[in-house]
Amino acid sequence: MLSFLVSRLLQAAAVMTAVSFLCFVLFNFVGDPINNMVGQEATPQERAELRHALGLDDPVPVQFLRFLGNAAVGNFGKSYRMARPVEQLIVERLPATLELVFCGALLALLLGLPLGVLTALRRDTWDTRAVMTFSLAGVAMPTFVSGILLIYIFSVECTGWVAWLGLPTSLCLPSFGRGDTVQIGWWSSGLLTGGGLKAIILPSVTLALFQMTLVLRLVRSEMLEVLRTDYIKFARARGLTNRTVHFRHALKNTLLPVITVIGLQVGGLIAFSIITETVFQWPGMGQLFIQSVQFADIPVMAAYLVMVSFFFVTINLIVDLTYAVIDPRLRVDRARAAGNAA
Amino acid sequence: MTDTSLIARLRDSDLWWSFSRSPLTVAAALVTLLFVVGALFAPWLAPHDPFDPRTLKLLDAFTPPAWTADGRPTYVLGTDNQGRDVLSAIMYGGRISLLVSLAAIALSVTFGVGLGLAAGFHGGWVDTLIMRIADIQLTVPAILIALTLDGVARVALPSTVHDQFAVWVLVLSIGFANWPQFARVTRATTLAERSKDYVSAARIIGISGPKIALKHVLPNALGPVLVIATIGLALAIIAEASLSFLGVGMPPTQPSLGTLIRIGNAFLFSGEWWIVIFPALALMVLSLAVNLLGDWLRDALNPKLR
Repeated sequence: MLSFLVSRLLQAAAVMTAVSFLCFVLFNFVGDPINNMVGQEATPQERAELRHALGLDDPVPVQFLRFLGNAAVGNFGKSYRMARPVEQLIVERLPATLELVFCGALLALLLGLPLGVLTALRRDTWDTRAVMTFSLAGVAMPTFVSGILLIYIFSVECTGWVAWLGLPTSLCLPSFGRGDTVQIGWWSSGLLTGGGLKAIILPSVTLALFQMTLVLRLVRSEMLEVLRTDYIKFARARGLTNRTVHFRHALKNTLLPVITVIGLQVGGLIAFSIITETVFQWPGMGQLFIQSVQFADIPVMAAYLVMVSFFFVTINLIVDLTYAVIDPRLRVDRARAAGNAA
Repeated sequence: MTDTSLIARLRDSDLWWSFSRSPLTVAAALVTLLFVVGALFAPWLAPHDPFDPRTLKLLDAFTPPAWTADGRPTYVLGTDNQGRDVLSAIMYGGRISLLVSLAAIALSVTFGVGLGLAAGFHGGWVDTLIMRIADIQLTVPAILIALTLDGVARVALPSTVHDQFAVWVLVLSIGFANWPQFARVTRATTLAERSKDYVSAARIIGISGPKIALKHVLPNALGPVLVIATIGLALAIIAEASLSFLGVGMPPTQPSLGTLIRIGNAFLFSGEWWIVIFPALALMVLSLAVNLLGDWLRDALNPKLR
């Protein structure tokens, strides 16, 4: 157990070092940071002074260590585009993304898990076939296409139908922005107001759709596999009720790989929120990142990448440890394989 | 071998049997074929040339699809804001989408299979090094890696040059983002093959290591690679469209399906729904068809399910 813990921690550290090194290279060697900061009319002497003041004439290892030290305390320099400290920009937008990811993950889980169990238990019925066909569409549909279709149905066409039925247009859903938000300390929350809740429906459904189908298909295939095993047959032979066999014996063992995959999917949600945020003009970190890519705003890109990788690594670590706690046999390799197959 | 016996062999194979028994797969194959033909022969098949400014009439802009009241039979699916025929734009766009995703997958396969083969066959520190790098890259979602690579290219190249090389920047970004899966699968099968008798026999008669790996082990490791490559193709189509939709892929002068959706999205609220909905549907159908083919191939090549 201890060696497992240490090897996982070492791997996490390796990932973080690799990512920060890449970001450092990005920051220092792609384009000239001095050129990006001073105007056209700066004299060579001014440039040299700035270079010295920023420590850009130090040896590369020294610069890298300084970059790591700054990153560790959350200092990523100033955005080229907005001339504001990057960490400020990110902290401002963090709540929007985290709330979106939270709602998306919750939806994916609350829909995917029961549907997966249901389709595994009721094989070869028409409702299972309908759900499976729908899930295939969910896998094939790009996130932004489902977002656009949802906007078209629930925000654009909706106004026409609502008017035809003589209902108020407030029944249609907003298609962009966060709606009303409440400030709690530095955290701005949209989950506490009616407008905010209404605004998060379409984005979180869009974000959840793909992940939901993944969870559904994984739970279904795992459940089908478990239902074929001898101990389930034995449980039936003991005369236990269907309910006990399915939910006590089968579901429990199904959940092991599912936990791993769901954990890893939360990381995927953060990445896919870039697309969802663009479709719905959601003022989160993903939108900030995509704008920084478009404008080649390297400090913001570097900070976003370091932060997101930190999220991923932490989540992976937690998943691995949870797995070790739940499953005494510590079948780490099997879980990894299941995670990648999905 | 003559032609007829090849066809006969194909018809007797398990693969053809499972293919012809699944109507959904046949339909998916037909749809994919339709897209490929439409894309390959777009300059001859498309009713208009959407990128020839001489044939564009601004007066024809925003014509709705032919079956609506204001529609015109020359523009079956309507026209966009510049008077470009939406159907022709989809055909030309599908051409770019398919080109980029096929080239990207070819790159991932070459890179991933090569490294996986080296890792599995050589073992030792080569194996550890390659697979650790793959592990590290797999922690970060592929779309994020592709986005970052694209961003770096944007900084490194001036914008005029960048637009010219947009196709290759996309191919490199998407291709490089997806190699670890291929490396993993190839390594796993290579490890299984390496201990078999035919490899030892080849060694004993003095065939060199790299030659055994390439000529004898590689062909036996390609089955699973083919399955992931098909599913990977669907993912690459989506990845290309996503990047173009985000505005960091193909420029509006050479639109792919994703760029068309990005352009059309602006007109969704003003009621010109056909500019965005038709490219979106085309993308969905294409990705669904390729996904179905991949699913079928996975089941058909899996001996456990026979």
